[in-house]
Amino acid sequence: MDGINSLRNGPDENGRFGLYGGRFVAETLMPLILDLEREYRAAKIDPAYQAQVKDLATHYTGRPSPLYYAERLSQHLGGAKVWFKREELNHTGSHKINNCLGQILLAKRMGKTRIIAETGAGQHGVATATVCAKFDLPCTIFMGATDVERQMPNVLRMKMLGAEVRPVTAGAGTLKDAMNEALRDWVTNVESTYYLIGTAAGPHPYPEMVRDFQSVIGQELKEQFREREGKLPDAVVACVGGGSNAIGTFHAFLDNPEVAIYGAEAGGHGIDIENGHAASMTGGRPGVLHGNRTYLLQDSDGQILEGHSISAGLDYPGVGPEHSYLHDSKRVTYVPITDKEALDAFQLCTKMEGIIPALESAHGLAQVIKLAPTMTTDQSIVLCLSGRGDKDVESVGKYLGLLK
Amino acid sequence: MTTRIDRVFAAAKEANRPLLAAYIMGGDPDLATGQAIMNALPQAGADIIELGLPFSDPMADGVAIQMGGQRALAAGQTLRGVLGMVEEFRRKDETTPVVLMGYYNPIYIFGVEKFLATAKEAGVDGLIIVDLPAEEDAELCIPALKAGINFIRLTTPTTDDARLPTVLENTSGFVYYVSMNGTTGAVIKSRAAVGESVQRIKAHTELPVIVGFGIKTADDAAEMGRHADGIAVGTVIVDAVAKSLVDGMATDKTVGAVRDLVADLAAGLKRARA
Repeated sequence: MDGINSLRNGPDENGRFGLYGGRFVAETLMPLILDLEREYRAAKIDPAYQAQVKDLATHYTGRPSPLYYAERLSQHLGGAKVWFKREELNHTGSHKINNCLGQILLAKRMGKTRIIAETGAGQHGVATATVCAKFDLPCTIFMGATDVERQMPNVLRMKMLGAEVRPVTAGAGTLKDAMNEALRDWVTNVESTYYLIGTAAGPHPYPEMVRDFQSVIGQELKEQFREREGKLPDAVVACVGGGSNAIGTFHAFLDNPEVAIYGAEAGGHGIDIENGHAASMTGGRPGVLHGNRTYLLQDSDGQILEGHSISAGLDYPGVGPEHSYLHDSKRVTYVPITDKEALDAFQLCTKMEGIIPALESAHGLAQVIKLAPTMTTDQSIVLCLSGRGDKDVESVGKYLGLLK
Repeated sequence: MTTRIDRVFAAAKEANRPLLAAYIMGGDPDLATGQAIMNALPQAGADIIELGLPFSDPMADGVAIQMGGQRALAAGQTLRGVLGMVEEFRRKDETTPVVLMGYYNPIYIFGVEKFLATAKEAGVDGLIIVDLPAEEDAELCIPALKAGINFIRLTTPTTDDARLPTVLENTSGFVYYVSMNGTTGAVIKSRAAVGESVQRIKAHTELPVIVGFGIKTADDAAEMGRHADGIAVGTVIVDAVAKSLVDGMATDKTVGAVRDLVADLAAGLKRARA
């Protein structure tokens, strides 16, 4: 177990990570999230449940995901060795499946007969539609209309997997609006429906639960790196929208102060441009939305801003509450990465390593590109390559002028 | 010391009639018309005014109230602006209770202590904050009670007997029973079940119980008024505002449309115990 001073002890019994987290939901949902918490605690210590999660991870997802040494990129950057934790090789093409499998088994245990989810880039929507196909549950995916347009390949995948995709036109038609609509559906169909949240945010116990399901990333990484290099990496890096791949990567290293931890937020057009970015920690302040207290992009009246990012998966005005806590405690350094920096990183990775990263993951890579040259060749950085970029080729092609 | 809310329920009990709580979005469709609508409500037959605080992300509201909030925000409404509406209203009306209804974030950003002091000073009687369940009472509920403002809790069909004491513990003023699992403006599936639920709540509390969500017509008002100490109506009122607009702007029919609708609902409610 972790000690008293561990950064890994959160949340407390009220679902708080320091000031952040909590259960800011309508009364209609309260009994359900209390049930969910009870069910999750029971499942966590149930060997049969754990064995099922493990078995699916191995034979369905394809875990453990490889730890890859990006040799050409490392030489090009001329500093630290760069490694990729290759979550993009998971079934469905991202880390999202880790969480979906854990939660769908919980939904089954709770006797729920219908699944809903929100999605931004569509990675979580695809992973949810996938597990719903496998476990024979009907599912409805809420997706902002803007995102439906910029992530069409994922929309088609979801439909082929049997999901109903509901475009949401409210607001800017992005992830925040999809989450509002999913919450409205949940409040209406609370008896039958399980809300499969895709990121480590929302009311307690979701941030804890999603983190636990994603922590396999950091645990494997730690072990794999030790096997290859006989030590811990000097730095780990991940992109942060809601922050599920990031918290999954970081959690195993929180109590190893010798490991520097970086989270790359979506800097959009630039952090100084109002409503031109989605960097909630470097450009926002604490508030309450979608069931938790956390850093949010908002105006002086407490109205939530839409934010902007080239990446649909990072285009969200909030962040998981545990990240807010790690930001305040300064254990993790969160940095904004602009659209342009992410696009450059996307192209560099594609050309040098033959790996097309998701635009989300390219934000993390952009931070690695800044960091590596400042370090020595005997040091190492591991990036969580959280998703593959097949879904982004059309929108990146447009930005690069490859498509008319 | 009795409050405006206590007095209005006591008077209604004496007269053996259920109360009408009318919801409007504060500052919809524009600040001046919103004020005129609020000022007209008591005479039209509203016993309690529920004044909506516009929020960018109203997760528990249906489309009508979402749109009303967007109109108010587009017109420049803020939390301070809504408190100003109450202050203005109180210049002419010292008796009609005003309950603010909305979401927590704008209050949190305004600052809880400063908000409560300003609200009390303006003449606010109660708060209904949708995303603050009993588990988060330390945030605003307890400070509000200390400041002399009622914190009115929503109870829902999912609030079972085991949970009711938790939900009712710090509730004051009255209890608001949400007639269905759903967002504002949806359709009530079982009217009989609503009556049973009100009785179930009354077994746990001395507080008056009003029923809201899904009440649309004078006949609905008459029927639901039989089951409870009062009813709350919102969506159809906000809809009436919307229907009176031309190119999104208020017309000379806007205030009258709300006044006539509220009068009609109040007349329906009078039949409840007839």
